[in-house]
This record gives sequence, structure tokens and C-alpha cells, in this order.
Amino acid sequence: MNIKSINKAAVLDNLDNVRAMIKRHKRNDILFTSIGLLAVMFGLLTLLTLFIDLVMDGYPRFNLQFFSDFPSRRAGSAGLLSAWVGSLLVMFVTFLTAVPMGVAAGLYLEEYAPKNWFSDLIEINVSNLAGVPSIIYGLLALGLFVYGFGFGQSILTAGMTLGLLILPIVIVSTRESIRAIPIAIREAAYAVGATKWQVVKDHVVKYSQGGILTGVIIGMSRALGETAPIITIGALTFIAFLPPSPVTLEPPFLNFEWLTSSFTVLPIQMFNWLSRPDHAFHVNAAATGAIIIVVTLLMNGTAIWLRYKIRKNIKW
Amino acid sequence: MINPTTPIKAESRDLNFFYSNGTRALKGITMPLYENKITALIGPSGCGKSTFLRCFNRMHDLYPGNKYQGQIIMHPDNTNILENGVDPIEVRMRISMVFQKPNPFPKSIYENVAYGLRVRGENNKRLLDDKVEEALKGAALWNEVKDRLQDLAFNLSGGQQQRLCIARALATDPEIMLFDEPTSALDPIATANIEELMSELRSKLTILVVTHNMQQAARISDYTAYMYLGELIEYDDTDTIFTRPSRKETEDYITGKFG
Repeated sequence: MNIKSINKAAVLDNLDNVRAMIKRHKRNDILFTSIGLLAVMFGLLTLLTLFIDLVMDGYPRFNLQFFSDFPSRRAGSAGLLSAWVGSLLVMFVTFLTAVPMGVAAGLYLEEYAPKNWFSDLIEINVSNLAGVPSIIYGLLALGLFVYGFGFGQSILTAGMTLGLLILPIVIVSTRESIRAIPIAIREAAYAVGATKWQVVKDHVVKYSQGGILTGVIIGMSRALGETAPIITIGALTFIAFLPPSPVTLEPPFLNFEWLTSSFTVLPIQMFNWLSRPDHAFHVNAAATGAIIIVVTLLMNGTAIWLRYKIRKNIKW
Repeated sequence: MINPTTPIKAESRDLNFFYSNGTRALKGITMPLYENKITALIGPSGCGKSTFLRCFNRMHDLYPGNKYQGQIIMHPDNTNILENGVDPIEVRMRISMVFQKPNPFPKSIYENVAYGLRVRGENNKRLLDDKVEEALKGAALWNEVKDRLQDLAFNLSGGQQQRLCIARALATDPEIMLFDEPTSALDPIATANIEELMSELRSKLTILVVTHNMQQAARISDYTAYMYLGELIEYDDTDTIFTRPSRKETEDYITGKFG
């Protein structure tokens, strides 16, 4: 068909042919929709199968006692108490490490750093950090935090290690949400006479909060399941006591001894139970696995909800 | 004809401007801004009118590598606002700006207007309340928003948002207000409102407005400058420019033969 023949009349004359052609072309839509759906279902079903399997194996242990018991030599009375308390405290330190450092680094790179080869180098390194295997972070922490700084095999060391591990995630999400702020809004702020710091504190940080928070939560949910670096720094697998409480009844009401306490976390407890020959312990491990997945999903769900809630008021 | 006794608020003297990629966007522009008058900049896209306007509040300083050459003198203090020793923040505190697209902050109506005062360290609630009210009245928006000052600025219509941006620029009592195609994103009714507002603002301050709408320049401005390819082709009072331009290029542009 040459160009001249493509006109209104051409379609009219060949109506059947044209309809057949449209039908043929639309077949590709159906084809791709099926492939895409298949790809999505593959990931989803794998996770679902895993989860259901864990729940079915572990369901005898889903009771309050499981959360309030220390580990024990008898599988039936072994519980997660020291592990979930440990995870909670480690996550707290991780949060305090990763958020200020990650947000400050992201803000600096995006707002203050001059654009030259040095900032390019930093940028490449930050992206590379995200790809470093987590066990390497464990080795670094073992050398630096455990021996170098003398923090020992403590909650502080573990929290800081995981904080470093998720630092790239926080930095990248900070930078991305900062970049989403339109230039017009910045210029508006500068135009009334704001300094750079005023623009950063009154606008940039405020409007990127949602994105930063999302990145932090997703990073934390990753840190929650990390095992390799924690094993490397030497977390104990059998802990039948709780770290000293961070809050006390007597003044000054705060206690920092827990930071140097030895600890265990959920994935390590799971790993420990899994490595026992006695099958009864495997039930405990499955239950722990299911709990880790549920907590992770809850955290990611919270991240999505928060992002939606905060972005609702910001339209650009 | 230009009345020689009208006081000059600011003037550019042999102003050149270079973008970081080396482009020379302004070529030796010498032009006055008369006090309490509206000066309009017209010309085809890319002729440098916005570049020229943004020199007045040193907006180009936000992006590294841009370079000014020449002077913009503010009167009566004879400060060259392009001089290295003059902080752009100080300049922006004297000369405020309204942008092409309404760009309110994602904050409340009140906070949008109060922001210029907040960055100056003003936290006195009573004073802020008064200033916000005064600015919103000055921008002809008060009656529409007085009962919902804590509402989000995004909930206003486009024309209201632009008047809010004018109120924000007005709240700090600037000496000069820059308008960069302030109505190009608005419908005709909102445009008429903004134009009327600009005419009223003239009694308080000096206005420089970029517009690609020649009728708008003819309607609202006292003086008009025609720019082309970074050069100032002709500057005169608006009547003269639109009825008896002295340059052929100006006449061609105004009559629509070109541009």
C-alpha cells in the first residue's frame, strides 16, 4: 500500500482488512498482559507458598507463651523473648544511626555539595555500597566496632552495623524525594529572601519527609531479617536473659547499659533452632520465620500508607 | 514622551549576562525603571526578557556558572545590586518576584503569606496576623480566604493561587516587584483580575513585568521595552511604542509581521 492510498476512502474500501489488522495488533496486548501477569504471580505465589508452609509448620507455637519464654533445651518450652527484645533494641540503634547520617548525607549531596569529580566519586560509592554483600559489613564491624572501638559483641555494634548496611537505602531515598521537589517551589522560597538553610529546613526537609520515611522503613525491614553480619560480629545464639532495661524507675530514668549487653535477634534464633537435629525445634524455627515475614510486611505496609498520607497534601 | 521629572527607582547600565554554558543572553542593556510605574518587557520567546528580569533579584545566582557584567543601580541609595559584595538575599528582601506558574508552598494560606516575614525572623503573632491581612487585602484575596486562612493553599483556584503568590511577595513591603509572565497559566477572568491588581499595586511600588501578550503590555504598562535576541531594541512610554515606534523592528513585531 503506498502513501497515496491511505486516506478515508482507503479504510472504507478495506474495512474488513482493517478490522482484521486491528484485531491482529490487539493480540499483542493480550499476549503481553498474560506474560506480565505470569511474572507477577510467580513472585507472589512463591512468597505465598513459603509463608503458608511456614505457618502450617509453625502454627502449634503461635501463642503468647512463645513470645514470653526464653530459649530452652526443650523445644516445647523454648520461646522468642530474648530474640524479639534483642531485635527491637537493635532496630532502635539502627534507626538512630541510619536516619541522621543518611538524611544528612542525602541533603548534603543534593543541596550543598558542589558538582565536581569528587561529588561524582561519592555518588558512585554510595550506589556501590548498596551492592556490597552484607557479610562484608559484618567483617567491617567486627574489625572496627568490636575490636577497634571496643564496643564488643553488643547491641550497639549490631545496631550500628545494620545502620551502615541500610545507609545507602536511606541516602538514595532521601535524594530521590528531594529531587521530586519542583524548582519553582525552591525559587519561590529563595525569592522572598530565604537563605539556603532556611530553604532546606522549611521546605526541602518538610516536603521530602514522606519519601525519606518510606526509605527508612523499607531499609529497617531489610535490616530486621539480616543474619549474616550479625553472626559475623558474634551475636550469641542462646541467650536466656534480657538486656538491662533502657528505662528505669529511679532518676535519671534512662539506662544505657543495654547498649553493651550481649543479645540475639529473631533471624539468629531461627537459624539456631533450624540447625538443631531435633525436629521439634524446626517447628519453632518455622513459627519464627512466619513472624519475621509478618513483621516485614507490616512495616512495608506502614511505609506505603505513610507515603500515601503525607503525599496527599502535596500535589506536584 | 517620557517625563524627565519622573524619579528613577532602578536602572540597568550596560548589562550583559552569560549562562554557565557561555551563551551571552543579554547584550549591553541600559534601561530605567521609573518609580511607581509599570514597565513591560515584550519580545519573542528566547529574547532574554525573563533573563533580564531575573537579574533584578539575582535569581541566576542559584545556579553555578552564571555571570553578570555591568550594573543594576537601585535608587535612592545607589547600590549596585550585582556587585559581588552585595548579598543576593539582601537584594531579594528589597525586590520580590511573582512567577509564571502559581507556585504556592504546600502550606496553609496564612503560612504562605507569612513566610517572607518568618525568614526575616518575625515571630510576633499579632504583627504577622496584621501583615498577612494587609498583604491579602493588597492582593484582593482577603474576602475570599479570610475564613479559611489555615486551609492548604493548593485548594485555591489557579487565579487565587497567583494572587496568593502576589500577597506573599507583597507581605515584605518590597520596593520593586517582578512579574514573570504572571498570567500565562491563567484563564481570561483570572488574568483580568491580576491585571487590575497590578495597576493598583503601582501606587505602592515599582513594577517590572515580562509578558508575551502585547495587548497586556499595552493595557497595563506605563513604559514598554522591546527586546530581541538579548538586545534592547526600543524603550519608550507605552503609548509611543504601540502607536509611533521609532524602530522598524519594533513596528514589525507589534503589528504581527514577525514573532
